Amino acid sequence: MKKREFHKLLLAGGALGLADFPLGLTQAFAQGTGGVKGGTLNSIVQPEPPILNLAVSQLTPTQMVSGKIFLSLLTYDVNLKPMPSLAKSWTISPDGKTYTFKLEPKAKWHDGKPLTSEDVVYTAMEFLPLTHPRAKAIFGRCESITAPDAHTVVFKLKEPFGPFIGAFDISNLPVMPKHIYAGTDVVKNPANLNPIGSGPFKLKEWVRGSHIHLVRNDDYFKPGLPYLDAIIYRVVPDGASRALALENGTVQLTQWTDLELFDAQRLSKKPNLAVTTKGYEYFAPIMWLEINNRNAPLSDKRFRKAVMHAIDRTFIKDKILYGFGKVATSPVNSKTKFYEPNVTTYDFSIAKAKALLDEMGLKPDAKGVRTTVRLPVSPYGEMVQRTCEYIRQSLAKVGIAVVLESTDPGSYTQRISNWDFDMNLSWLYQFGDPALGVTRNYVSSNIRKILFTNTEGYVNPQVDKLADEAAVAVEDAKRQALYSEMQKIIVDEVPIAWLVEMEFPTIYDKRLQNLVTSAIGIHESFDTVYFKG
Amino acid sequence: MNLQWLQGLGALGVRLAKMVAVVLLIAIFNFMLVRAAPGDPALVMAGQSGATDEAFLKRVRAEYGLDQPMPTQLATYLGKVVRLDLGYSHRQQRTVLSAILERLPATLLLTLSAFAISLVGGVVLGSLAGVRAGKLSDTLISLLALVIYATPVFWLGLMLVLLFSVQLGWLPAFGYETIGVTMSTWAGIVDKLKHLALPAFTLGMLYLAIYARLMRSSIIEVSHQDYVKTARAKGASDSRILWRHMLRNALLPVVTMAGVQAGTLIGGSVVIETVFAWPGLGRLTYDAVLQRDYQVMLGVFLVLSVLVIFFNWLTDLLYRVIDPRIKAA
Repeated sequence: MKKREFHKLLLAGGALGLADFPLGLTQAFAQGTGGVKGGTLNSIVQPEPPILNLAVSQLTPTQMVSGKIFLSLLTYDVNLKPMPSLAKSWTISPDGKTYTFKLEPKAKWHDGKPLTSEDVVYTAMEFLPLTHPRAKAIFGRCESITAPDAHTVVFKLKEPFGPFIGAFDISNLPVMPKHIYAGTDVVKNPANLNPIGSGPFKLKEWVRGSHIHLVRNDDYFKPGLPYLDAIIYRVVPDGASRALALENGTVQLTQWTDLELFDAQRLSKKPNLAVTTKGYEYFAPIMWLEINNRNAPLSDKRFRKAVMHAIDRTFIKDKILYGFGKVATSPVNSKTKFYEPNVTTYDFSIAKAKALLDEMGLKPDAKGVRTTVRLPVSPYGEMVQRTCEYIRQSLAKVGIAVVLESTDPGSYTQRISNWDFDMNLSWLYQFGDPALGVTRNYVSSNIRKILFTNTEGYVNPQVDKLADEAAVAVEDAKRQALYSEMQKIIVDEVPIAWLVEMEFPTIYDKRLQNLVTSAIGIHESFDTVYFKG
Repeated sequence: MNLQWLQGLGALGVRLAKMVAVVLLIAIFNFMLVRAAPGDPALVMAGQSGATDEAFLKRVRAEYGLDQPMPTQLATYLGKVVRLDLGYSHRQQRTVLSAILERLPATLLLTLSAFAISLVGGVVLGSLAGVRAGKLSDTLISLLALVIYATPVFWLGLMLVLLFSVQLGWLPAFGYETIGVTMSTWAGIVDKLKHLALPAFTLGMLYLAIYARLMRSSIIEVSHQDYVKTARAKGASDSRILWRHMLRNALLPVVTMAGVQAGTLIGGSVVIETVFAWPGLGRLTYDAVLQRDYQVMLGVFLVLSVLVIFFNWLTDLLYRVIDPRIKAA
């Protein structure tokens, strides 16, 4: 459905909440019937989160555990369409500037106090700007955020912002209790250790270094839910032990990079286990080789094209990632909105790579080396190490010598933030929309000495213009056209060598039902998850 | 008599003063060392959050006190150390002391069990091998000790898990206790012991091998001493010679080694704790290093250095008990 039609539908529905979206609501309740109550779900959290308040810390493991305790206004289906959560319905004004949400009137905090629109306004206007790295970029676009009544919240934008409807998931807007936090130092509030949320599960116990134990919230606003009595997340730091835990049934669910991919491939074939790669669409990272566009000879587009030709990306996908992934073709993941497939393609060809380097006048010396580049290897697992080694091997064949430099998390982030690298293997969440998670790496206004910005130093005024226009365009068709053009330019200039659209195996006990229902998958509240039989 | 007692007290005072000075020097050194590592907690946090902005980094640095000049930070830190305040982990939102105390029981349980296993096993096996030097049992024990000593401890742990947890199903593969069930006190203790068995045995093995080898050579050395020959000449039985004459003297090198290791044992073993998902201090420290959680790092380092110094002193005292000829303060 096009955005305009969708506005029409909303208007045709007349009253708030009677339009198209309650479909999602009925769906949720349909799922809510027929489940089996009871049971404890055991899973793994790795690494251990430092804190369970999602508004204070947005680390991935925090999101996963805290997503059961806290809720946001919306969640998103696997096609990134909004679905209800704390908001039971919403409307967007035809000019794309006013977003009105109706909240669940029965929603309550874990301490029994009602959850109202004041909590939402407080979270977006006061709490998150203090603690959330993306809050200003998103809610800073609002002229006002108001609560006309206890169950209505109105976000008024200064100018339209296409991806705004995509910014209401638990990582962007985890709604916090105003009565606990208002007037306190939110970062040091004791409630951060004993979080009071509104989600289907409450924190019972957290033994650091061992496990996090969540139990059912009996006062959850959806009647009859959640099904599970408890969820236990175990902290298991060793990869072999994690695989063993799934294998012998100690845990019934693993996600993200819990398992080394060779274990994932092996265990997904066990008869009692099922595997899915769905539920990561909101994040949809692309594994890429960032190339420092400032440093000669990497500053030459032909050099970067040669790198694209020299690396066999299918090999990386099949052999290093054990088939979990898809060769990337564009800076936008094919699962993210506004992906454009018709762009310059780069086949694996050592001859083409060499020809491009020759054309540049980059001649090999006696040892066959044309140039030497530095690649700090990030400390995020075996897979990174293997891929970097493969890149070194591949580029050596065309005369580019790669020096791998080992790092730990502190030194790695420091080097990338300071642009102290030639190449960098990395991946970033896309948050469903190019304006939220893609253009930040390519627009020149975002060249900063800070992580997750345009650290490669790519500058193209045309790309800047297209990205800016696309962010504020109201209609999807217009945005698609702008983003398509932008992708064509970027792919031709290769500021970053995109390798593989990553997929993550979620492996689970086949008795588990309704496990992955949305684009945030295992970060979802799990209110409808149950064990069959 | 009175004078001697006073002298002893004076010596103790000097020793205490030295210990305090060493702790302060270590504290300063730790501070410098920790800051020499590239990157800071704000950057690590940003790296893990998947997004960031300058204001966020600035807020985190201000909150952690990292925006102050380095000498001010050092002075603040030392001021706290003097007041026995280990500081506050902003990352975990709690005091360093509570973070350490929370991990201490699990660590003590693991390391003390391993220590006991290794000390008793090592002394017994080493003595056996020593008195039967050159015989088959000596060769077997020495070979075993050598093999264990040369085996990477994480591999040994994984192999034990494969055997006892996967193949035989006797013992749990990892964890500290069974989670999410309520048990009677007795069942709870049995459950903990079952979880403890593999990690304690694995960690104990490494030290057992060291002590066994040490004890063996020590026994052999002592057995050539004149007083042992005299005992033998006067017709004392082998067991009496071993128990009454040799053991005490042969123990000294083992006590020295054990004394040095006792202090560091409290720090836990990162490898064993990782393989067996044991919630001990070793992993707390390791995570703190990776996350640049300066306060936790400094806190653990300080506690450990105090413990090492304390155990060194205790070892000196123990020498005196074992061998009254040695004078110690």
